Amino acid sequence: MNASRRQLLAGGGLLVAFSLAGHGLAQLAGGGEGGGAPKPVRPDLPGSLKSNPVLESWVHITPDGKITVFSGKAELGQGIRTALLQVAAEELDVPPAAIDFVTADTARTPDEGLTAGSHSMQDGGTAIANACANVRMLLTRAAAKRWGVAPDGLSTNGRAQVTAPDGRSLGYGALAADLSLQVEAVPNAPRRDPRHYRTLGHDLPRVDIPAKLTGGAAYVQDLRLPGMLHARVVRGPSYGTHLAKPQLDRARKMPGVVAVIANGRFAAVVAEKEWQAIEAMRVAQDSDYVRTLPPLPVEDGPHRLQKLPTREISVLDTHDGARPAWKTVRGSYSRPWYSHGSIGPSCAVALAKDGSLTLWSHSQGVFDMHRAVAELVGLPPEKVRCIHTPSAGCYGQNGADDVTAEAGLIAMALPGRPIRLQWMREQEFGWEPCGCGMVTQVEAAIGPDKRIAHWNYEVWSNSHNNRPVGAGGYAVAQQITPGFPAPPPKPIPMPEGDGDRNANPLYVFPNMDVRYHFVPEMPLRVSALRSLGAHLNVFTIESVLDELALAGGVDPLTFRLAHMEDPRARAVMIEATTRFGWAKRPRGDGRRGCGMAFARYKNIGAYCALAMEIEVERETGAITVHRVQAAVDAGQPASPDGIRNQVEGGIIQSLSWATREAVSYDATRRTSFDWGSYPILRFEEVPGSVAVHVMDRPGDPFLGAGETAQGPTSAALANAIADATGARLRDMPFTPEVVKAAIGLGG
Amino acid sequence: MTLTITVNGTRHQVDASPETPLLYVLRDDLGLNGAKYGCGLGQCGACTVQLDGKAVFSCVTPVAAVGERAVRTVEGLGTADRMSPLQQAFREEQAAQCGYCIAGMIMRAQALLDADPHPDEAKIRAHMQTNLCRCGTHMRILRAIRRVAGIPNDGAAA
Repeated sequence: MNASRRQLLAGGGLLVAFSLAGHGLAQLAGGGEGGGAPKPVRPDLPGSLKSNPVLESWVHITPDGKITVFSGKAELGQGIRTALLQVAAEELDVPPAAIDFVTADTARTPDEGLTAGSHSMQDGGTAIANACANVRMLLTRAAAKRWGVAPDGLSTNGRAQVTAPDGRSLGYGALAADLSLQVEAVPNAPRRDPRHYRTLGHDLPRVDIPAKLTGGAAYVQDLRLPGMLHARVVRGPSYGTHLAKPQLDRARKMPGVVAVIANGRFAAVVAEKEWQAIEAMRVAQDSDYVRTLPPLPVEDGPHRLQKLPTREISVLDTHDGARPAWKTVRGSYSRPWYSHGSIGPSCAVALAKDGSLTLWSHSQGVFDMHRAVAELVGLPPEKVRCIHTPSAGCYGQNGADDVTAEAGLIAMALPGRPIRLQWMREQEFGWEPCGCGMVTQVEAAIGPDKRIAHWNYEVWSNSHNNRPVGAGGYAVAQQITPGFPAPPPKPIPMPEGDGDRNANPLYVFPNMDVRYHFVPEMPLRVSALRSLGAHLNVFTIESVLDELALAGGVDPLTFRLAHMEDPRARAVMIEATTRFGWAKRPRGDGRRGCGMAFARYKNIGAYCALAMEIEVERETGAITVHRVQAAVDAGQPASPDGIRNQVEGGIIQSLSWATREAVSYDATRRTSFDWGSYPILRFEEVPGSVAVHVMDRPGDPFLGAGETAQGPTSAALANAIADATGARLRDMPFTPEVVKAAIGLGG
Repeated sequence: MTLTITVNGTRHQVDASPETPLLYVLRDDLGLNGAKYGCGLGQCGACTVQLDGKAVFSCVTPVAAVGERAVRTVEGLGTADRMSPLQQAFREEQAAQCGYCIAGMIMRAQALLDADPHPDEAKIRAHMQTNLCRCGTHMRILRAIRRVAGIPNDGAAA
């Protein structure tokens, strides 16, 4: 082990110590976003090895050399399967194609909690790296024993063989026969030297893409089990409603209908063919609806949160001596409720057979699910197996969990027949948990030295984590009889946070008062959406920084660097702006403008800085983004192109959120139920170009890049609009009407 | 009732009510995965296939309306082992994240390239406007199409 590796491991140890001192190891072990995290039993081990220390949970090698690696993390369409495969291949020192890679299956893989919160590389990748390093160490020792030599002189050759300096070699299969992997990992097994990486850091083409380009069976939607029936749920237009008189008897008589399931207010139709199920559902839903929950906040939007009871959480309270305030900025910022907007409505397949229930689900939390669905259907958890199967991107808790629980209930009523249930487009929009509407308020000042003198920050938010860990977490649990009550919502504690995620600035500001007004009551059903509260918190902080820089007459980049000590944060800011040509950027001229922003996701994840050039059509208020340049530091990249793909996507999704998205509703129901009423960015509206530079950080701990662009992108857009037009927009979305009105008001 | 349709060059007899959207015949009766259910409203393009070379939303095309027209799905372009040039371009550009929209994207883009092998950037974007991607893979999808259209991928601006 070289010195830098030792330092890195020490750094990882420090991070763990910090989280223990903060708010608990279980948080991190569970995927960082709540959930019924597996218990850490070996806190000294890195990543998910803490809760699953036995090597055999992660790696199998048969005597004939077949290698299988197991991960509790799931492919959500972000390329994690390929990235983790690269990690395993590197540390075992075998070609990626030599590994059979098994993901998130409650019967086969280690319980790694949720696949969420950009933790898959940090926790899962780190565990696989160290588990595989342990196995390679044991294989090398086994070879040394066979040859009667010291292990120090032996190496591996990238082809699943241990080699000796005299040219002898032994395959892993033969050596594995001498070994038991029923042993716990050691924390310091030697890792491969980054200078000699064969797979890590290289752009390995994603292993799941060929099937997706050619109509292969790639998704849970494509599962076709023998004797499978198609189901549709029969329900009101959105969460908090039910049908007054569902026409179940009429539906029962429709062609192809095999069964109509009714349990309390939950109903579903089951048919031989999918279209028959849809037609029966439409007949069954021919009914008025009744609202069963308090009216939706038509007048207030997200500002309703400021009128509801709160639980006060102090995030930061620092006192550095009073400093004179020269220029002060005050503002309120907000975002509406968002839909996850998965292109494929949620789907699951369930089979009840011989007292067991098998679920094929695209849930991010299959380990929680097998316990929670067991409770829902009245089976012991060991009788419920949940196999993660990919679907359309979810970006958080969409309908995946609910649809699986419902498929499970239907399957229990029809044992022996596999049930495929897919929600309809309008059901996904109407019933999925939304991304939280949020509000922030800031009062901050710079002194005569043009540095921040004080920083007062407040954020109002619901919990961003209502993922089901028990039966009550599913919407259907309050529809069936007897039902299960919804559990009380809880905030995620720092350092991860939820509504307060990234409310603690990474910048060095004196005299900070940062408060999280946690609002338990949820005007709309909400749960996790990509980056949780970090989106609005980063948007706010980075908007205020530009406002203060403008007030002080300081360049926004210079102003940020003057308040940033973290060298990696400075490096991404300098890299992105240099590549962008920030110093020579066109200055705001009423139409064109440029903006930048930065964040380190959760202050413990990936660093992202970006700059963009935009144009505002003053006559209509329409925004065109001409070009975006980002720089990202996610530690050692598994696949740099995989990170670029994630960050490009995050930029476009965040531009979509900021410019046009908002869940609409009247007092009784959500009214955004299709892509007409919930428009997202299309091809003619995406930027002219998006470039993402991935920083090379050889051997540094994995940081996870899937959510890092969400906050900086929306903030840089607001800053660019302000630069272009002089109008500071603080409430998303910046629709053409909003922009046009602001330009008018701003002169 | 029994209907005859031609999919990827093969004639099939299917038993379906005439108003059944082509999407469900392709998926349920013929076992094809390429066309996806996304909205059932012709708003997202996940279900896009070609009818006589023209891109259509199979979720709002009744099977009885197909008639003699040739249906082509992504399965008719190439296989994982022998991809079509456009599929290869998508692979080269790694133009997918979750990939749920991608078969529809390929079928719509292929219809354009078949009609106009060298469309310009504006024409490509306008043609692809009907198809949604939520992962934000647009820049890569555009690069893949440009690759086949022979437009240099030097970060071409809108």
